[in-house]
Amino acid sequence: MAELGFTLSDAISRYVHDGASIALEGFTHLIPFAAGHEIIRQRIRDLHLIRMTPDIVYDQMIGMGCARKLTFSWGGNPGVGSLHRLRDAVEHAWPRPVEINEHSHAGMAAAFTAGASRLPFGVLRGYLGTDLPAHNPNVRRIACPFTGQSVTAVPAINPDVTILHAQRADRAGNVSITGILGAAREAAFAAKTVLVTVEELVDALPPALNAIVIPHWIVAAVVPCLGGAYPSYAHGYYERDNAFYQAWDSISRDRERFIHWMEEHVLGTADHRQFLASLQTSAPA
Amino acid sequence: MITCTRNEWMTVTAARQLRNDSVCFVGIGLPSAACNLARLTHAPDIVLIYESGTVGTRPNVLPLSIGDGELAETATCVVSLPEVFSYYLQAGRVDIGFLGAAQIDRFGNLNSTVIGPYENPAVRLPGAGGAPEIALHAREIFVMLRANPRSFVERLDFCTSAGYLSGHGERARLGMAGGGPRRVITDFGLLEPDTESQELRLVALFDGVGVEEARAAVGWPLAVANSLRKIPPPSEPELAALRALHERTEAAHARPIHVPS
Repeated sequence: MAELGFTLSDAISRYVHDGASIALEGFTHLIPFAAGHEIIRQRIRDLHLIRMTPDIVYDQMIGMGCARKLTFSWGGNPGVGSLHRLRDAVEHAWPRPVEINEHSHAGMAAAFTAGASRLPFGVLRGYLGTDLPAHNPNVRRIACPFTGQSVTAVPAINPDVTILHAQRADRAGNVSITGILGAAREAAFAAKTVLVTVEELVDALPPALNAIVIPHWIVAAVVPCLGGAYPSYAHGYYERDNAFYQAWDSISRDRERFIHWMEEHVLGTADHRQFLASLQTSAPA
Repeated sequence: MITCTRNEWMTVTAARQLRNDSVCFVGIGLPSAACNLARLTHAPDIVLIYESGTVGTRPNVLPLSIGDGELAETATCVVSLPEVFSYYLQAGRVDIGFLGAAQIDRFGNLNSTVIGPYENPAVRLPGAGGAPEIALHAREIFVMLRANPRSFVERLDFCTSAGYLSGHGERARLGMAGGGPRRVITDFGLLEPDTESQELRLVALFDGVGVEEARAAVGWPLAVANSLRKIPPPSEPELAALRALHERTEAAHARPIHVPS
């Protein structure tokens, strides 16, 4: 049974340690921002960050020096442009060098699926004719043992910790997600430890037979956290703040402005409730 | 004569390439606008799939990200990301993949990864996302990007998504399932691959645009078809639908979000 008694601060300090490999998943939807900010507040270092789309949450973590390595498949600010802190790390090693393990979405989906199944590698028809395999030894061609067909293999991804944000969990710790899933379920089942923040704890989940439930014995801890995916979104609770995503382009472009913003809104706040309140009192741009 | 921007003309031209019975895997940005314009005009039954797993989506406003809630709410169904890439795309159940890129070469190979060397890039671009496998598996690929000598290049800095590789059948010899880039829609007209060499050549120009402008915008010696088609400007209904879509989109993206706390 999942532990329900932790604060987010307790849960992060208990499960996320220096040097760990962690996946904060959620494909545009349900990105666990509150957990990412808590990792920044606790100044956890040398992390191997894993996410298909690093998004603003990893831009912030990379810019604050939390990461030694990044496994990803698309590193932009969706619909806006660059992730400037990720770019600064790759182009200028600021604030520290970050090792890159770069895939395509299909490759990472196969790697998470293999990880969830505890297989050593995932198989796909992918990467053909591209330059990615020449730069990433984690993309290799193998022959099908039955037909001899050439297919692509990628090593399984098994994060030490996967962190998700979800709409609901019940009081046993069963987790329900509605809307865009991405590879959240695969990332959870692939992990050694699963931590979930939720908009609300409920007595009973809605009786939807195919609702995505990550069952309680897969989950180490569930922490209620209202607005925990903001500025991404929680379908049925609040929308994606597209204006914030657009504003992030100018906030993050300059090192000093970025640090100042992070000090004011993340390091300068005690928890996610205060973070959200701090944005109410100062314009994000 | 209606006045419109080149961007609008390009988007309308791209939308016209899509058929009502197409199943189309949509990239974000310019392709997303073109695909939804097609749906709102001549192709109301087109099936649009975004890599976020939203299948048959009919958004009222353009999504900013590939996974806005609008896409899920208006979809026929929402599937997981491993499912959309494996059962839909890899299994050959997508007719058209519609992509953008930072760079394209004469064989329709695309770069969205880096400018400069990979290990020490001058510009780190977002990277692959779904593009390499869309380019590999969709029956046909349409590409949409604005042309200048930095985007239409003699040599890519990095090949993120394969077109015809070096042409002359190399793509088929490598066993790539999909048909490759059949059309490149840009801000002066259309390029299509030559049937033998598979090199992109100019086949159509916006009405009133000369071949010299196209040659100047392309960073390789541009091959030109014997007879060039003229692409008429957007009609009033096309332009009205596109502008209304963009207006709705801008208003929606600026709307304040209420976050529970």
